[in-house]
Amino acid sequence: MSSIATPSDRPSAFTLFLIFARIGLTSFGGGLSGWLLREFVQQRGWLSEEEFLNGLSISQALPGVNVKNMAIWIGYHLAGRTGAIAGFAGIIVPPAIFILLLCTLFTALARYPLTHVGLAGAAAAAIGLSLSMAITAVRRVRRSVPPLLAMACVFVAVAILRWPLLWVALGLGTASVAWEFRRLRAQARAGRESGA
Amino acid sequence: MNRALAGLLTVFAPLSLATIGGGQATVAEIQRQVVDVHHWLTQAQFLSDFAIARLAPGPGSLMVTLIGWQVAGFWGAVVATLALFGPTAFLLYAVAYLWRRHRGALWQRALEGGLRPIAAGMIAAAVYVLFGSLEGGLAARVIALVSTALVMYTRVNALLLVLGGGGVLIGLHAAGLAG
Repeated sequence: MSSIATPSDRPSAFTLFLIFARIGLTSFGGGLSGWLLREFVQQRGWLSEEEFLNGLSISQALPGVNVKNMAIWIGYHLAGRTGAIAGFAGIIVPPAIFILLLCTLFTALARYPLTHVGLAGAAAAAIGLSLSMAITAVRRVRRSVPPLLAMACVFVAVAILRWPLLWVALGLGTASVAWEFRRLRAQARAGRESGA
Repeated sequence: MNRALAGLLTVFAPLSLATIGGGQATVAEIQRQVVDVHHWLTQAQFLSDFAIARLAPGPGSLMVTLIGWQVAGFWGAVVATLALFGPTAFLLYAVAYLWRRHRGALWQRALEGGLRPIAAGMIAAAVYVLFGSLEGGLAARVIALVSTALVMYTRVNALLLVLGGGGVLIGLHAAGLAG
């Protein structure tokens, strides 16, 4: 489905800055990670789904605004240090300037009810980006009981019980990583023994 | 550095490190600090900033740019933005660097494999909550599902998709088909 870019057709830092700036300035309706998946994996094929999801997992686990983390991750992955700086600057600075301008504009537009209807429609369509990313992420979880159970617990704790994200991520994240570590170590050992 | 700028820095920099799983989690704490503790903004001003940040493109956490702007002008906006986004940027850069250096290490594969289901659960939960809070009734939910199918099975441009969603809901509204 997606081809991994060879080093020669990977973008320059400046190109990355322009792409992140464009996404930062046009991603009405939220769901920014979905916009990033669309751009870098599905349309340009610069990252594989696998690479994108690895970065996304780490961006979510580490503190900081996810989409900014993701921009740095993608930037670094595609163009090293300047790429990381380009990602950070592109996703933050132009939208920050834009939001100050919009603050003035929206105060004027808020008087018209159609503004709200239009934005509600945009937000609804933007959920498509988030939902398709959720489906991609869920599909890529290993089909075995422990990871699927961890995923289900996170969903219930966050969506239904509304527990604080920090404690859910810390508790279940630690358990899930520890389990995966044990599994991979046992696998490596078994591999060594059968090889010897 | 004047007192307002120092205040913005000491409020937003620690918050940056407590943001896990997305900016939404910190909104309540930002409100407490900005409205109740420091009296920088009234509750009404805060809610208006929150609404604008949700309507605007880009990261929702840029709400702090607006807050900084209202508290201390241009430099307030700069300081608040860098305080919230800066510290964790270095952390992420360091981790991205380590990741590349130790590609394929056991701990790395364990973290990737172990965090994958956690991230999937968090994203699914976020979509569930978003879906439930959609304004625009049944029409908006149908738009969301159609848009999901379009994203998954076509190469439609994301901006066109979102503009289309806005246009369709305005159209239905005008035709009296959506409340």
